Amino acid sequence: MIELEHITKTFNTGPAQVHAVQDVSLSIRDGEIFGIIGFSGAGKSTLVRCVNLLERPTAGRVTVDGRELTALDDGALRRARKKIGMIFQHFNLMPSRTVFGNVAYPLRGGGLSKDQIRDKVRQLLALVELSDKENAYPSQLSGGQKQRVAIARALANDPSILLCDEATSALDPQTTGSILHLLRQLNEQLGLTVVVITHEMGVVKEICDRVAVMDRGRIVEEGTVFEVFSDPKQLITRDFIRTTSNLNKIEELIAEDAPITHLQPGELIVRLTYLQTSVSEPLISKISRDFNVDVNIVFSNVELVKGGSIGGTVAIMSGERKALTDAIRYLSEKNVSVEVIKDARVS
Amino acid sequence: MQGFLEKIIPNIMSKPGELFTSLGQTLQMMLVSGSISLVFGIIFGVIITVTSENGVLRNKVVFNILDKAINILRSVPFVIMIAWVIPLTRAIVGTAIGTKGAIPPLVFGTVPFFTRQIESALAEVDHGLIEAAESMGSSPWEIVFRVYLKESLPGIIRGVQITFVSLVGLTAMAGAVGGGGLGDFAIRYGHQRGQEDVTWVTVLIILVMVSVIQGLGSWLIKKSTH
Ligand SMILES: Nc1ncnc2c1ncn2[C@@H]1O[C@H](COP(=O)(O)OP(=O)(O)OP(=O)(O)O)[C@@H](O)[C@H]1O
Ligand SMILES: [Mg+2]
Repeated sequence: MIELEHITKTFNTGPAQVHAVQDVSLSIRDGEIFGIIGFSGAGKSTLVRCVNLLERPTAGRVTVDGRELTALDDGALRRARKKIGMIFQHFNLMPSRTVFGNVAYPLRGGGLSKDQIRDKVRQLLALVELSDKENAYPSQLSGGQKQRVAIARALANDPSILLCDEATSALDPQTTGSILHLLRQLNEQLGLTVVVITHEMGVVKEICDRVAVMDRGRIVEEGTVFEVFSDPKQLITRDFIRTTSNLNKIEELIAEDAPITHLQPGELIVRLTYLQTSVSEPLISKISRDFNVDVNIVFSNVELVKGGSIGGTVAIMSGERKALTDAIRYLSEKNVSVEVIKDARVS
Repeated sequence: MQGFLEKIIPNIMSKPGELFTSLGQTLQMMLVSGSISLVFGIIFGVIITVTSENGVLRNKVVFNILDKAINILRSVPFVIMIAWVIPLTRAIVGTAIGTKGAIPPLVFGTVPFFTRQIESALAEVDHGLIEAAESMGSSPWEIVFRVYLKESLPGIIRGVQITFVSLVGLTAMAGAVGGGGLGDFAIRYGHQRGQEDVTWVTVLIILVMVSVIQGLGSWLIKKSTH
Protein backbone atom coordinates (compact mmCIF):
# COMPACT_ATOMS: atom_id res chain seq x y z
CA MET A 1 0.00 0.00 0.00
CA ILE A 2 1.40 3.34 -1.09
CA GLU A 3 -0.15 6.48 0.27
CA LEU A 4 0.80 9.88 -1.00
CA GLU A 5 -0.74 12.78 0.87
CA HIS A 6 -0.60 16.29 -0.50
CA ILE A 7 2.74 15.78 -2.22
CA THR A 8 4.29 18.94 -3.60
CA LYS A 9 7.68 19.18 -5.24
CA THR A 10 9.12 22.48 -6.31
CA PHE A 11 12.52 22.78 -7.96
CA ASN A 12 14.46 25.98 -7.48
CA THR A 13 16.50 26.31 -10.61
CA GLY A 14 18.03 29.75 -10.67
CA PRO A 15 15.46 32.52 -10.74
CA ALA A 16 12.58 30.36 -11.96
CA GLN A 17 10.72 27.88 -9.80
CA VAL A 18 9.43 24.68 -11.37
CA HIS A 19 6.33 23.26 -9.74
CA ALA A 20 6.87 19.69 -10.86
CA VAL A 21 4.25 18.14 -8.57
CA GLN A 22 1.46 20.09 -6.95
CA ASP A 23 -0.63 18.77 -4.08
CA VAL A 24 -1.02 15.21 -5.29
CA SER A 25 -2.79 12.70 -3.10
CA LEU A 26 -2.93 9.14 -4.26
CA SER A 27 -3.51 5.76 -2.76
CA ILE A 28 -2.21 2.63 -4.48
CA ARG A 29 -3.54 -0.68 -3.21
CA ASP A 30 -1.62 -3.84 -2.51
CA GLY A 31 -1.31 -6.15 -5.48
CA GLU A 32 -2.61 -3.79 -8.13
CA ILE A 33 -0.92 -2.51 -11.25
CA PHE A 34 -1.31 1.22 -11.18
CA GLY A 35 -0.55 3.38 -14.20
CA ILE A 36 0.40 7.05 -14.24
CA ILE A 37 0.19 8.63 -17.68
CA GLY A 38 0.72 12.11 -18.96
CA PHE A 39 2.58 14.07 -21.57
CA SER A 40 6.28 14.86 -21.23
CA GLY A 41 7.05 17.19 -18.34
CA ALA A 42 3.80 16.47 -16.54
CA GLY A 43 5.71 15.46 -13.41
CA LYS A 44 5.29 11.68 -13.57
CA SER A 45 8.92 10.82 -12.89
CA THR A 46 9.16 13.34 -10.10
CA LEU A 47 6.04 11.91 -8.47
CA VAL A 48 7.20 8.30 -8.63
CA ARG A 49 10.64 9.29 -7.34
CA CYS A 50 8.89 10.79 -4.35
CA VAL A 51 7.61 7.31 -3.45
CA ASN A 52 11.09 6.02 -2.51
CA LEU A 53 12.28 9.54 -1.71
CA LEU A 54 14.92 9.65 -4.43
CA GLU A 55 13.30 13.05 -4.61
CA ARG A 56 12.30 14.47 -1.25
CA PRO A 57 8.96 16.25 -1.58
CA THR A 58 8.87 19.91 -0.66
CA ALA A 59 5.70 19.16 1.29
CA GLY A 60 3.51 16.17 1.92
CA ARG A 61 3.65 12.72 3.42
CA VAL A 62 4.66 9.38 1.90
CA THR A 63 3.56 6.19 3.62
CA VAL A 64 4.50 2.76 2.28
CA ASP A 65 3.17 -0.42 3.87
CA GLY A 66 2.14 1.50 6.94
CA ARG A 67 5.48 3.23 7.51
CA GLU A 68 5.84 6.93 6.99
CA LEU A 69 8.98 7.20 4.86
CA THR A 70 9.10 10.98 5.10
CA ALA A 71 9.64 10.62 8.87
CA LEU A 72 12.52 8.11 8.72
CA ASP A 73 16.20 8.88 9.28
CA ASP A 74 18.71 8.08 6.54
CA GLY A 75 19.58 4.58 7.74
CA ALA A 76 15.98 3.50 8.21
CA LEU A 77 15.07 5.01 4.84
CA ARG A 78 17.79 2.96 3.15
CA ARG A 79 16.44 -0.21 4.74
CA ALA A 80 12.93 0.69 3.64
CA ARG A 81 14.16 1.28 0.06
CA LYS A 82 15.34 -2.32 -0.15
CA LYS A 83 11.66 -3.27 -0.06
CA ILE A 84 10.76 -0.94 -2.92
CA GLY A 85 12.20 -2.06 -6.26
CA MET A 86 12.68 0.38 -9.10
CA ILE A 87 13.44 0.00 -12.80
CA PHE A 88 14.31 2.70 -15.29
CA GLN A 89 13.98 3.63 -18.94
CA HIS A 90 17.70 3.20 -19.59
CA PHE A 91 18.03 0.10 -17.39
CA ASN A 92 20.94 1.54 -15.36
CA LEU A 93 22.89 -1.70 -15.18
CA MET A 94 26.50 -1.50 -14.03
CA PRO A 95 28.65 -2.06 -17.13
CA SER A 96 31.67 -3.40 -15.22
CA ARG A 97 29.67 -6.23 -13.70
CA THR A 98 28.27 -9.36 -15.28
CA VAL A 99 24.57 -10.15 -15.16
CA PHE A 100 25.31 -12.19 -12.03
CA GLY A 101 27.23 -9.29 -10.47
CA ASN A 102 24.44 -6.85 -11.20
CA VAL A 103 21.76 -9.00 -9.63
CA ALA A 104 24.04 -9.78 -6.68
CA TYR A 105 24.73 -6.08 -6.06
CA PRO A 106 21.80 -5.40 -3.72
CA LEU A 107 22.32 -8.73 -1.91
CA ARG A 108 25.93 -8.11 -0.89
CA GLY A 109 26.51 -6.69 2.54
CA GLY A 110 23.12 -7.88 3.73
CA GLY A 111 24.44 -10.73 5.85
CA LEU A 112 23.95 -13.49 3.28
CA SER A 113 26.65 -16.08 2.66
CA LYS A 114 28.26 -16.48 -0.76
CA ASP A 115 26.25 -19.63 -1.42
CA GLN A 116 22.99 -18.01 -0.37
CA ILE A 117 23.68 -15.08 -2.69
CA ARG A 118 24.48 -17.43 -5.57
CA ASP A 119 21.29 -19.42 -5.05
CA LYS A 120 19.18 -16.29 -4.80
CA VAL A 121 20.70 -14.78 -7.96
CA ARG A 122 20.11 -18.01 -9.90
CA GLN A 123 16.53 -18.13 -8.67
CA LEU A 124 15.94 -14.51 -9.76
CA LEU A 125 17.52 -15.10 -13.17
CA ALA A 126 15.29 -18.13 -13.65
CA LEU A 127 12.29 -15.96 -12.79
CA VAL A 128 13.13 -13.54 -15.61
CA GLU A 129 14.18 -16.37 -17.93
CA LEU A 130 17.80 -15.36 -18.28
CA SER A 131 19.59 -18.24 -16.60
CA ASP A 132 21.86 -18.73 -19.61
CA LYS A 133 23.17 -15.14 -19.49
CA GLU A 134 24.62 -15.27 -15.99
CA ASN A 135 28.17 -14.48 -17.14
CA ALA A 136 27.35 -12.00 -19.89
CA TYR A 137 28.12 -8.31 -19.53
CA PRO A 138 25.30 -5.76 -20.05
CA SER A 139 26.92 -4.58 -23.29
CA GLN A 140 26.31 -8.06 -24.70
CA LEU A 141 22.56 -7.98 -24.05
CA SER A 142 19.57 -6.69 -26.00
CA GLY A 143 17.39 -3.96 -24.53
CA GLY A 144 14.72 -6.40 -23.44
CA GLN A 145 17.29 -8.65 -21.78
CA LYS A 146 18.81 -5.66 -19.99
CA GLN A 147 15.42 -4.73 -18.59
CA ARG A 148 14.91 -8.31 -17.42
CA VAL A 149 18.21 -8.17 -15.55
CA ALA A 150 17.13 -4.84 -14.05
CA ILE A 151 13.87 -6.43 -12.94
CA ALA A 152 15.73 -9.35 -11.34
CA ARG A 153 18.01 -6.89 -9.56
CA ALA A 154 15.06 -4.81 -8.36
CA LEU A 155 13.41 -7.93 -6.92
CA ALA A 156 16.54 -9.18 -5.12
CA ASN A 157 15.44 -8.15 -1.65
CA ASP A 158 11.87 -9.42 -2.13
CA PRO A 159 10.21 -6.01 -2.32
CA SER A 160 6.45 -5.65 -2.09
CA ILE A 161 6.46 -2.84 -4.63
CA LEU A 162 8.03 -2.32 -8.04
CA LEU A 163 8.24 1.20 -9.47
CA CYS A 164 8.70 1.35 -13.24
CA ASP A 165 9.67 4.70 -14.74
CA GLU A 166 9.18 4.46 -18.51
CA ALA A 167 10.49 0.91 -18.30
CA THR A 168 9.46 0.04 -21.84
CA SER A 169 9.97 3.38 -23.58
CA ALA A 170 13.34 2.38 -25.03
CA LEU A 171 12.06 -0.95 -26.34
CA ASP A 172 10.41 -2.02 -29.59
CA PRO A 173 6.71 -2.98 -29.47
CA GLN A 174 7.33 -6.71 -29.38
CA THR A 175 9.88 -6.51 -26.57
CA THR A 176 7.59 -4.09 -24.74
CA GLY A 177 4.92 -6.76 -24.92
CA SER A 178 7.18 -9.39 -23.39
CA ILE A 179 8.31 -7.12 -20.55
CA LEU A 180 4.69 -6.17 -19.80
CA HIS A 181 3.80 -9.83 -19.79
CA LEU A 182 6.59 -10.47 -17.29
CA LEU A 183 5.40 -7.62 -15.05
CA ARG A 184 1.88 -8.97 -15.04
CA GLN A 185 3.18 -12.44 -14.27
CA LEU A 186 5.21 -11.11 -11.32
CA ASN A 187 2.16 -9.20 -10.14
CA GLU A 188 0.06 -12.34 -10.19
CA GLN A 189 2.66 -14.80 -8.89
CA LEU A 190 4.32 -12.70 -6.19
CA GLY A 191 1.45 -10.36 -5.39
CA LEU A 192 3.78 -7.52 -6.34
CA THR A 193 2.29 -4.02 -6.41
CA VAL A 194 3.44 -2.40 -9.64
CA VAL A 195 3.47 1.32 -10.40
CA VAL A 196 3.90 2.01 -14.09
CA ILE A 197 4.86 5.44 -15.37
CA THR A 198 4.40 5.83 -19.09
CA HIS A 199 3.40 8.09 -21.89
CA GLU A 200 2.32 5.09 -23.97
CA MET A 201 -1.41 4.44 -23.78
CA GLY A 202 -0.85 0.91 -25.00
CA VAL A 203 1.10 0.05 -21.86
CA VAL A 204 -1.70 1.22 -19.61
CA LYS A 205 -4.35 -0.62 -21.60
CA GLU A 206 -2.27 -3.74 -21.61
CA ILE A 207 -1.57 -4.28 -17.92
CA CYS A 208 -2.98 -1.63 -15.61
CA ASP A 209 -5.91 -2.06 -13.26
CA ARG A 210 -6.21 1.59 -12.40
CA VAL A 211 -4.75 4.70 -13.93
CA ALA A 212 -4.13 8.32 -13.01
CA VAL A 213 -3.72 11.03 -15.62
CA MET A 214 -1.19 13.73 -14.79
CA ASP A 215 -1.07 17.19 -16.25
CA ARG A 216 1.16 20.05 -15.16
CA GLY A 217 2.01 18.52 -11.81
CA ARG A 218 -1.51 17.53 -10.86
CA ILE A 219 -3.56 14.39 -11.12
CA VAL A 220 -6.55 15.41 -13.17
CA GLU A 221 -8.33 12.11 -13.55
CA GLU A 222 -8.19 8.77 -11.81
CA GLY A 223 -10.09 5.51 -11.96
CA THR A 224 -10.11 2.04 -13.42
CA VAL A 225 -8.60 1.84 -16.87
CA PHE A 226 -11.99 1.08 -18.30
CA GLU A 227 -13.67 4.04 -16.60
CA VAL A 228 -11.01 6.50 -17.62
CA PHE A 229 -10.63 5.38 -21.20
CA SER A 230 -14.22 4.62 -22.02
CA ASP A 231 -15.53 7.84 -20.60
CA PRO A 232 -12.71 10.37 -20.30
CA LYS A 233 -13.79 13.46 -18.38
CA GLN A 234 -10.81 15.69 -18.99
CA LEU A 235 -9.74 17.23 -22.27
CA ILE A 236 -6.16 16.12 -21.65
CA THR A 237 -7.28 12.51 -21.29
CA ARG A 238 -9.24 12.71 -24.51
CA ASP A 239 -6.23 14.21 -26.24
CA PHE A 240 -4.17 11.39 -24.93
CA ILE A 241 -6.55 8.78 -26.18
CA ARG A 242 -6.80 10.45 -29.55
CA THR A 243 -3.07 10.81 -30.10
CA THR A 244 -2.56 7.14 -29.54
CA SER A 245 -5.59 5.86 -31.45
CA ASN A 246 -5.64 5.49 -35.20
CA LEU A 247 -9.16 6.95 -35.31
CA ASN A 248 -7.77 10.43 -35.80
CA LYS A 249 -5.92 9.38 -38.94
CA ILE A 250 -9.06 10.20 -40.87
CA GLU A 251 -8.34 13.92 -40.49
CA GLU A 252 -4.91 13.35 -42.00
CA LEU A 253 -6.45 11.41 -44.88
CA ILE A 254 -8.86 14.24 -45.57
CA ALA A 255 -6.03 16.76 -45.43
CA GLU A 256 -4.08 14.64 -47.91
CA ASP A 257 -7.19 14.41 -50.08
CA ALA A 258 -6.98 10.63 -50.18
CA PRO A 259 -9.42 9.00 -52.66
CA ILE A 260 -11.27 7.18 -49.91
CA THR A 261 -12.40 10.53 -48.51
CA HIS A 262 -13.97 11.64 -51.81
CA LEU A 263 -17.67 11.49 -51.04
CA GLN A 264 -20.60 10.94 -53.34
CA PRO A 265 -23.66 13.11 -52.73
CA GLY A 266 -25.59 11.69 -49.80
CA GLU A 267 -22.57 10.35 -47.98
CA LEU A 268 -20.89 11.45 -44.79
CA ILE A 269 -17.87 10.41 -42.79
CA VAL A 270 -18.47 9.81 -39.11
CA ARG A 271 -16.33 8.83 -36.18
CA LEU A 272 -18.13 6.66 -33.67
CA THR A 273 -16.60 6.38 -30.23
CA TYR A 274 -17.99 3.83 -27.85
CA LEU A 275 -18.39 5.35 -24.47
CA GLN A 276 -19.51 2.26 -22.68
CA THR A 277 -19.70 -1.44 -23.20
CA SER A 278 -21.84 -0.96 -26.24
CA VAL A 279 -20.90 -3.55 -28.81
CA SER A 280 -20.10 -2.11 -32.17
CA GLU A 281 -20.98 -4.72 -34.76
CA PRO A 282 -24.62 -5.36 -33.83
CA LEU A 283 -25.26 -1.63 -33.65
CA ILE A 284 -23.87 -1.03 -37.09
CA SER A 285 -25.80 -3.86 -38.68
CA LYS A 286 -28.88 -2.73 -36.82
CA ILE A 287 -28.79 0.81 -38.17
CA SER A 288 -28.17 -0.52 -41.69
CA ARG A 289 -31.27 -2.63 -41.39
CA ASP A 290 -33.61 -0.40 -39.42
CA PHE A 291 -32.77 2.98 -40.93
CA ASN A 292 -31.92 1.96 -44.44
CA VAL A 293 -28.46 3.49 -44.45
CA ASP A 294 -25.30 1.93 -45.78
CA VAL A 295 -22.37 1.86 -43.38
CA ASN A 296 -18.96 1.33 -44.88
CA ILE A 297 -16.26 0.95 -42.21
CA VAL A 298 -13.03 2.79 -43.09
CA PHE A 299 -11.22 1.65 -40.00
CA SER A 300 -12.00 0.44 -36.59
CA ASN A 301 -10.07 0.30 -33.37
CA VAL A 302 -11.52 -1.66 -30.53
CA GLU A 303 -9.31 -2.77 -27.70
CA LEU A 304 -9.96 -5.01 -24.80
CA VAL A 305 -9.00 -3.63 -21.43
CA LYS A 306 -9.79 -4.94 -18.00
CA GLY A 307 -13.52 -4.41 -17.63
CA GLY A 308 -14.62 -4.26 -21.24
CA SER A 309 -13.80 -3.03 -24.69
CA ILE A 310 -13.14 0.54 -25.70
CA GLY A 311 -12.49 2.16 -29.02
CA GLY A 312 -14.33 3.33 -32.02
CA THR A 313 -14.95 3.21 -35.73
CA VAL A 314 -14.58 5.59 -38.62
CA ALA A 315 -17.19 4.90 -41.29
CA ILE A 316 -18.79 6.34 -44.39
CA MET A 317 -22.56 6.39 -44.06
CA SER A 318 -24.88 6.97 -46.99
CA GLY A 319 -28.60 7.30 -47.39
CA GLU A 320 -31.36 9.81 -47.36
CA ARG A 321 -30.90 12.83 -45.14
CA LYS A 322 -33.66 11.87 -42.75
CA ALA A 323 -32.48 8.29 -42.51
CA LEU A 324 -28.98 9.44 -41.69
CA THR A 325 -30.20 11.89 -39.06
CA ASP A 326 -32.34 9.22 -37.40
CA ALA A 327 -29.51 6.72 -37.43
CA ILE A 328 -27.17 9.23 -35.76
CA ARG A 329 -29.74 10.04 -33.12
CA TYR A 330 -30.24 6.36 -32.45
CA LEU A 331 -26.48 5.80 -31.99
CA SER A 332 -26.26 8.73 -29.60
CA GLU A 333 -29.07 7.23 -27.55
CA LYS A 334 -27.05 4.03 -27.34
CA ASN A 335 -24.18 5.94 -25.78
CA VAL A 336 -22.08 6.12 -28.88
CA SER A 337 -20.53 9.49 -29.50
CA VAL A 338 -20.93 10.48 -33.13
CA GLU A 339 -18.74 13.08 -34.79
CA VAL A 340 -19.54 14.08 -38.35
CA ILE A 341 -16.19 14.72 -39.97
CA LYS A 342 -17.13 15.34 -43.58
CA ASP A 343 -20.65 15.96 -44.80
CA ALA A 344 -22.05 15.54 -48.32
CA ARG A 345 -25.64 15.01 -47.35
CA VAL A 346 -28.31 16.03 -49.83
CA SER A 347 -31.66 17.37 -48.82
CA MET B 1 79.83 -4.65 -28.87
CA GLN B 2 81.68 -3.04 -25.97
CA GLY B 3 83.96 -1.36 -28.47
CA PHE B 4 81.08 -0.18 -30.61
CA LEU B 5 79.26 1.36 -27.64
CA GLU B 6 82.43 3.05 -26.42
CA LYS B 7 82.70 4.59 -29.82
CA ILE B 8 79.19 6.02 -30.15
CA ILE B 9 78.39 6.84 -26.48
CA PRO B 10 81.83 7.35 -24.92
CA ASN B 11 80.66 9.61 -22.09
CA ILE B 12 78.03 7.11 -20.97
CA MET B 13 80.39 4.19 -21.10
CA SER B 14 82.89 6.08 -18.96
CA LYS B 15 80.33 6.40 -16.10
CA PRO B 16 77.62 3.70 -16.43
CA GLY B 17 77.28 3.61 -12.64
CA GLU B 18 76.19 7.20 -12.54
CA LEU B 19 73.58 6.59 -15.23
CA PHE B 20 72.09 3.70 -13.26
CA THR B 21 72.11 5.72 -10.05
CA SER B 22 70.27 8.54 -11.85
CA LEU B 23 67.76 6.14 -13.33
CA GLY B 24 67.22 4.66 -9.86
CA GLN B 25 66.67 8.11 -8.40
CA THR B 26 64.18 8.98 -11.10
CA LEU B 27 62.25 5.76 -10.57
CA GLN B 28 62.31 6.29 -6.82
CA MET B 29 60.98 9.85 -7.11
CA MET B 30 58.26 8.72 -9.51
CA LEU B 31 57.11 5.73 -7.52
CA VAL B 32 57.13 7.43 -4.13
CA SER B 33 55.53 10.70 -5.19
CA GLY B 34 53.26 8.85 -7.64
CA SER B 35 51.87 6.50 -4.99
CA ILE B 36 51.36 9.29 -2.46
CA SER B 37 49.64 11.41 -5.12
CA LEU B 38 47.50 8.47 -6.13
CA VAL B 39 46.11 8.11 -2.62
CA PHE B 40 45.47 11.83 -2.13
CA GLY B 41 44.23 12.32 -5.68
CA ILE B 42 41.63 9.58 -5.26
CA ILE B 43 40.58 10.88 -1.84
CA PHE B 44 40.21 14.48 -3.06
CA GLY B 45 38.68 13.42 -6.38
CA VAL B 46 36.03 11.43 -4.52
CA ILE B 47 35.37 14.22 -2.02
CA ILE B 48 34.96 16.82 -4.74
CA THR B 49 32.61 14.51 -6.66
CA VAL B 50 30.34 13.57 -3.77
CA THR B 51 30.15 17.10 -2.37
CA SER B 52 29.29 18.68 -5.72
CA GLU B 53 25.84 19.99 -6.71
CA ASN B 54 24.46 16.57 -7.73
CA GLY B 55 26.61 14.54 -5.35
CA VAL B 56 25.44 12.02 -2.78
CA LEU B 57 26.93 14.06 0.09
CA ARG B 58 26.33 17.55 -1.23
CA ASN B 59 28.34 20.11 0.71
CA LYS B 60 28.93 23.52 -0.75
CA VAL B 61 31.59 24.63 1.74
CA VAL B 62 33.84 21.58 1.39
CA PHE B 63 33.38 21.57 -2.36
CA ASN B 64 34.27 25.24 -2.77
CA ILE B 65 37.36 25.10 -0.54
CA LEU B 66 38.72 22.06 -2.34
CA ASP B 67 37.84 23.36 -5.77
CA LYS B 68 39.56 26.71 -5.17
CA ALA B 69 42.63 25.12 -3.58
CA ILE B 70 43.09 22.85 -6.58
CA ASN B 71 42.72 25.71 -9.01
CA ILE B 72 45.31 27.79 -7.15
CA LEU B 73 47.82 24.94 -6.88
CA ARG B 74 47.33 24.03 -10.52
CA SER B 75 48.10 27.54 -11.67
CA VAL B 76 51.50 27.61 -9.94
CA PRO B 77 54.30 26.71 -12.40
CA PHE B 78 56.25 23.72 -11.15
CA VAL B 79 59.66 25.42 -10.85
CA ILE B 80 58.06 28.07 -8.66
CA MET B 81 56.26 25.38 -6.69
CA ILE B 82 59.62 23.81 -5.85
CA ALA B 83 60.88 27.03 -4.32
CA TRP B 84 57.54 27.89 -2.75
CA VAL B 85 57.19 24.69 -0.74
CA ILE B 86 60.80 24.56 0.50
CA PRO B 87 59.89 25.43 4.13
CA LEU B 88 57.18 22.79 4.08
CA THR B 89 59.54 20.30 2.50
CA ARG B 90 62.09 20.89 5.27
CA ALA B 91 59.37 20.41 7.87
CA ILE B 92 58.14 17.17 6.36
CA VAL B 93 61.24 15.31 5.19
CA GLY B 94 63.92 17.26 7.03
CA THR B 95 65.76 18.45 3.92
CA ALA B 96 64.93 20.41 0.81
CA ILE B 97 67.56 18.88 -1.42
CA GLY B 98 68.26 15.53 -2.95
CA THR B 99 65.77 12.91 -4.06
CA LYS B 100 64.00 13.04 -0.70
CA GLY B 101 63.62 16.80 -0.91
CA ALA B 102 62.07 16.48 -4.35
CA ILE B 103 59.19 14.32 -3.16
CA PRO B 104 57.00 17.00 -1.46
CA PRO B 105 57.08 19.45 -4.39
CA LEU B 106 56.36 16.55 -6.76
CA VAL B 107 53.38 15.56 -4.64
CA PHE B 108 52.13 19.16 -4.47
CA GLY B 109 52.54 19.49 -8.22
CA THR B 110 50.84 16.17 -9.00
CA VAL B 111 47.95 15.88 -6.55
CA PRO B 112 45.84 18.75 -7.98
CA PHE B 113 46.36 17.46 -11.52
CA PHE B 114 45.54 13.90 -10.55
CA THR B 115 42.51 15.02 -8.51
CA ARG B 116 41.06 16.60 -11.65
CA GLN B 117 41.77 13.42 -13.60
CA ILE B 118 39.90 11.38 -10.99
CA GLU B 119 37.09 13.93 -10.89
CA SER B 120 36.57 13.66 -14.63
CA ALA B 121 36.79 9.85 -14.51
CA LEU B 122 34.09 9.77 -11.83
CA ALA B 123 31.97 12.28 -13.75
CA GLU B 124 31.78 9.75 -16.55
CA VAL B 125 29.88 7.35 -14.34
CA ASP B 126 26.28 7.51 -15.57
CA HIS B 127 24.16 9.32 -12.99
CA GLY B 128 21.53 6.63 -13.56
CA LEU B 129 23.82 4.11 -11.85
CA ILE B 130 24.03 6.28 -8.77
CA GLU B 131 20.27 6.58 -8.75
CA ALA B 132 19.79 2.86 -9.18
CA ALA B 133 22.18 2.24 -6.27
CA GLU B 134 20.30 4.74 -4.11
CA SER B 135 17.01 3.09 -4.99
CA MET B 136 18.47 -0.23 -3.83
CA GLY B 137 19.27 1.29 -0.45
CA SER B 138 23.04 1.80 -0.89
CA SER B 139 24.71 4.21 1.53
CA PRO B 140 26.93 7.05 0.27
CA TRP B 141 30.03 5.01 1.22
CA GLU B 142 28.80 1.99 -0.67
CA ILE B 143 28.10 4.22 -3.64
CA VAL B 144 31.67 5.56 -3.52
CA PHE B 145 33.35 2.17 -3.36
CA ARG B 146 30.93 -0.13 -5.16
CA VAL B 147 29.73 2.22 -7.87
CA TYR B 148 31.96 5.26 -8.43
CA LEU B 149 35.37 3.67 -7.97
CA LYS B 150 34.45 0.31 -9.46
CA GLU B 151 32.57 1.59 -12.47
CA SER B 152 35.13 4.26 -13.36
CA LEU B 153 38.13 1.94 -13.16
CA PRO B 154 39.09 2.35 -16.84
CA GLY B 155 38.88 6.14 -16.45
CA ILE B 156 40.94 6.06 -13.27
CA ILE B 157 43.61 3.95 -14.98
CA ARG B 158 43.68 6.47 -17.81
CA GLY B 159 44.15 9.25 -15.23
CA VAL B 160 47.00 7.35 -13.58
CA GLN B 161 48.58 6.83 -16.98
CA ILE B 162 48.43 10.51 -17.90
CA THR B 163 49.59 11.55 -14.45
CA PHE B 164 52.63 9.26 -14.53
CA VAL B 165 53.60 10.50 -17.96
CA SER B 166 53.49 14.08 -16.73
CA LEU B 167 55.34 12.97 -13.60
CA VAL B 168 58.25 11.85 -15.82
CA GLY B 169 58.58 15.45 -16.94
CA LEU B 170 58.23 16.88 -13.44
CA THR B 171 60.86 14.51 -12.00
CA ALA B 172 63.32 15.58 -14.66
CA MET B 173 62.70 19.19 -13.68
CA ALA B 174 62.95 18.48 -9.96
CA GLY B 175 66.21 16.69 -10.66
CA ALA B 176 67.66 19.73 -12.35
CA VAL B 177 67.22 21.77 -9.17
CA GLY B 178 69.03 19.35 -6.91
CA GLY B 179 66.93 16.22 -6.78
CA GLY B 180 69.28 14.03 -8.80
CA GLY B 181 67.86 11.67 -11.35
CA LEU B 182 67.98 11.60 -15.13
CA GLY B 183 67.18 15.29 -15.58
CA ASP B 184 70.05 16.26 -13.32
CA PHE B 185 72.34 13.80 -15.15
CA ALA B 186 71.44 15.19 -18.55
CA ILE B 187 71.89 18.82 -17.47
CA ARG B 188 75.21 18.28 -15.73
CA TYR B 189 76.90 16.30 -18.46
CA GLY B 190 74.88 16.73 -21.60
CA HIS B 191 74.22 20.45 -21.27
CA GLN B 192 76.92 21.92 -19.05
CA ARG B 193 79.80 19.84 -20.42
CA GLY B 194 78.55 19.42 -23.95
CA GLN B 195 78.48 15.62 -23.78
CA GLU B 196 75.81 15.22 -26.40
CA ASP B 197 75.60 11.43 -26.21
CA VAL B 198 74.49 11.76 -22.57
CA THR B 199 71.53 13.90 -23.63
CA TRP B 200 70.58 11.45 -26.36
CA VAL B 201 70.71 8.41 -24.12
CA THR B 202 68.69 10.16 -21.41
CA VAL B 203 66.04 11.17 -23.92
CA LEU B 204 65.92 7.59 -25.18
CA ILE B 205 65.50 6.18 -21.67
CA ILE B 206 62.72 8.65 -20.91
CA LEU B 207 61.03 7.75 -24.18
CA VAL B 208 61.12 4.08 -23.20
CA MET B 209 59.68 4.91 -19.76
CA VAL B 210 56.81 6.87 -21.29
CA SER B 211 56.10 4.08 -23.76
CA VAL B 212 56.05 1.48 -20.99
CA ILE B 213 53.63 3.59 -18.93
CA GLN B 214 51.42 4.12 -21.95
CA GLY B 215 51.49 0.51 -23.08
CA LEU B 216 50.80 -0.84 -19.62
CA GLY B 217 47.99 1.66 -19.06
CA SER B 218 46.31 0.90 -22.36
CA TRP B 219 46.50 -2.82 -21.70
CA LEU B 220 44.92 -2.40 -18.26
CA ILE B 221 42.21 -0.12 -19.65
CA LYS B 222 41.34 -2.67 -22.28
CA LYS B 223 41.22 -5.44 -19.71
CA SER B 224 38.93 -3.49 -17.39
CA THR B 225 36.46 -2.29 -20.02
CA HIS B 226 33.46 -4.47 -20.78
N1 LIG C 1 16.16 17.86 -10.79
C1 LIG C 1 15.37 18.79 -11.38
N2 LIG C 1 15.68 20.10 -11.31
C2 LIG C 1 14.89 21.02 -11.87
N3 LIG C 1 13.76 20.76 -12.54
C3 LIG C 1 13.37 19.48 -12.65
C4 LIG C 1 14.16 18.43 -12.07
N4 LIG C 1 13.56 17.25 -12.35
C5 LIG C 1 12.45 17.56 -13.05
N5 LIG C 1 12.33 18.89 -13.24
C6 LIG C 1 11.23 19.58 -13.93
O1 LIG C 1 10.01 19.13 -13.40
C7 LIG C 1 9.02 18.97 -14.40
C8 LIG C 1 8.49 17.57 -14.39
O2 LIG C 1 9.51 16.67 -14.78
P1 LIG C 1 9.33 15.10 -14.81
O3 LIG C 1 10.63 14.52 -15.21
O4 LIG C 1 8.74 14.64 -13.55
O5 LIG C 1 8.28 14.90 -15.99
P2 LIG C 1 7.76 13.58 -16.69
O6 LIG C 1 6.29 13.62 -16.63
O7 LIG C 1 8.45 12.41 -16.10
O8 LIG C 1 8.22 13.79 -18.18
P3 LIG C 1 8.79 12.72 -19.24
O9 LIG C 1 7.62 12.01 -19.79
O10 LIG C 1 9.47 13.58 -20.25
O11 LIG C 1 9.76 11.83 -18.51
C9 LIG C 1 9.71 19.34 -15.72
O12 LIG C 1 9.36 20.66 -16.02
C10 LIG C 1 11.16 19.23 -15.40
O13 LIG C 1 11.91 20.14 -16.17
MG1 LIG D 1 9.90 10.97 -16.82
